[in-house]
Amino acid sequence: MRGTLSDRMGAALLMAPLLLFLVLAYAWPFLGVVKWSFTLPTPGLGQYGALATDALVQSVFIRTLRIALIVTVVSVAAAYAITVVWVRGTPTQRIVAEFCILVPFWISVLTRAFGWVALLSNRGLINSWLQSIGFISEPLTLVRNELGVIIGMTHFLIPFAVFPLASAMRSLDERVLLAARGLGSSRMRTFWTVFVPMTRSGIIGAAMIVFVFSLGFFVTPAILGGGRSVMIAELIYLRIFQSPDWGLGAAISVVLVLFVGALMALLFRYVKPKQLV
Amino acid sequence: MQQPGRAAEIKAIGIGKSFGSFRALDDLTLNIGRGEFLTLLGPSGSGKTTFLMILAGFVQPTEGKLFSDGVDITERPAEQRAAGMVFQGYALFPHMSVEANIAFPLKVRKKSAAEIKRRVAEMIERVGLKGHETKLPAQLSGGQQQRVALARALVFEPGVLLLDEPFSALDKSLRGQMQAEMKRLHQETGTTFVFVTHDQSEALALSSRVAIFNHGKLLQVGAPDEVYDRPANRFVAEFLGEINMLPLKGVKRADNGATALCEDRAITLRGKTEAVNGNAILAIRPEHMSIAREAAAGENGIAATAVGSTYLGAATKLDLTTRQGAKVTVSVPNEVAAAALSKGNSVWLTWPAEKGFLLPDGG
Repeated sequence: MRGTLSDRMGAALLMAPLLLFLVLAYAWPFLGVVKWSFTLPTPGLGQYGALATDALVQSVFIRTLRIALIVTVVSVAAAYAITVVWVRGTPTQRIVAEFCILVPFWISVLTRAFGWVALLSNRGLINSWLQSIGFISEPLTLVRNELGVIIGMTHFLIPFAVFPLASAMRSLDERVLLAARGLGSSRMRTFWTVFVPMTRSGIIGAAMIVFVFSLGFFVTPAILGGGRSVMIAELIYLRIFQSPDWGLGAAISVVLVLFVGALMALLFRYVKPKQLV
Repeated sequence: MQQPGRAAEIKAIGIGKSFGSFRALDDLTLNIGRGEFLTLLGPSGSGKTTFLMILAGFVQPTEGKLFSDGVDITERPAEQRAAGMVFQGYALFPHMSVEANIAFPLKVRKKSAAEIKRRVAEMIERVGLKGHETKLPAQLSGGQQQRVALARALVFEPGVLLLDEPFSALDKSLRGQMQAEMKRLHQETGTTFVFVTHDQSEALALSSRVAIFNHGKLLQVGAPDEVYDRPANRFVAEFLGEINMLPLKGVKRADNGATALCEDRAITLRGKTEAVNGNAILAIRPEHMSIAREAAAGENGIAATAVGSTYLGAATKLDLTTRQGAKVTVSVPNEVAAAALSKGNSVWLTWPAEKGFLLPDGG
């Protein structure tokens, strides 16, 4: 950060409303959650002890990590392909790609989740089409399981992975790619040995954003998982709103926030914030 | 390392390139000899870089043919042309070490690990990068990056090395050093070098031949002294360095030259002169004119008044005005300039007959 003292004070003043909002709407209430985790139902570290032994909580944690990991790999790979077209395609290709990236932002996450149910359910569009052409006799189980959750989340998160990738691809020096080809490298080889490694910071940034988002997903897994593929956010919801077990719910929340915080710290060691937009 | 016989000979025939309605290159025909050091010189937008990109295969010409050692390569994609290229800004692979950058073209060509190791080490030694093998480009100075770029472009022994303003980012002293180094590499490898620059002194210092471009046209090709001393037109004359222009009247071709009137004094020109009769322009480089007390009979000379001077260290640039108002600049020893300015300012300008040349009037 450069700039004079008054510049910096001006910047601080401009950011103040956001900071105030974050403190009032997130930090302060979260301190309450931290307090619950140590006090409910009885004061002490009991809830954290339970976390370490509760088989259900652990299986949900592992499932959440597994889903987040798969969603991250698939979303970043798909986003990479779309971004290449968006940044380096012909003018028409660019417009189409931009449309595909922006439209999902205009449709609510709930609408999209139900849209996927309509497509993927036993009597949904995909199964009835596959049956009508005689490709399958029994419907495939595409939803109300982990697969449905992964499909829905991936679809939601691809646009978020696009922006850090686009930023990395736009800042790449075109001449380096020409140099590779001039030195005898085919287009394919240039892509894998020069283009992809040079957009590494974008890949790391995109993966981190998608992964962190995935960890806290609620609506999509709740609808497309059909209660059979519970992720961590849904578990917190169940503990707090359905079984009056606020202490455990709070403890899970605290662990999740700490985990995400550690991941973000790791991210910013490798990638500068400005490379993510 | 390389036999001179492996250097490529390139023929460009009627090459043209249009970008939409913009004519970047027009009907260019040029032979680039085996192992020569050809410089493409011109202002920006003159078509020199477009031609280099066509040679590299990054740009497809709209018309014309390109031959390398007699084989038509007009349609051949860049990766199959095997031309080494050094880009403006070097275009090194930022994620690869110096070694990996230089090894890249050899790996692409699937050379054995042992051969790659040997040739990379040889090249690193040759360009003086020993001790920097494992560094990333960002950890190197501009001059060192330049050496990596040269090493990477030469390591696979290309038939031709293309250089796009490689020294434009270097400071002056480093520039001189790198120019000398490039000249040495050219002699050692024997490869054909095609070098793009807009710096005329660089072009004259380095090349075996210079090709001067303007507005998409190739204006003249020739050895440095040839284009400097006998430019084909006014643009070439002015682009290659400072030049004085004096209007001539009554130009008549004569044996081995021409005669004419310059400010009412008879003068002679010697050497090859284009067919000009009547009015023309006499062009003379500042360093070819001298100051005299008077011109002897039969000697080329006109009267002028010294009006100012610029001290350049080794010499002084003296500004003069002729009787008919033409402005002339000469480069003379410092004491001559001082004397000319002190002596009532009225002097004679003289020049040898073979140093002046004719340009068409207005051209």
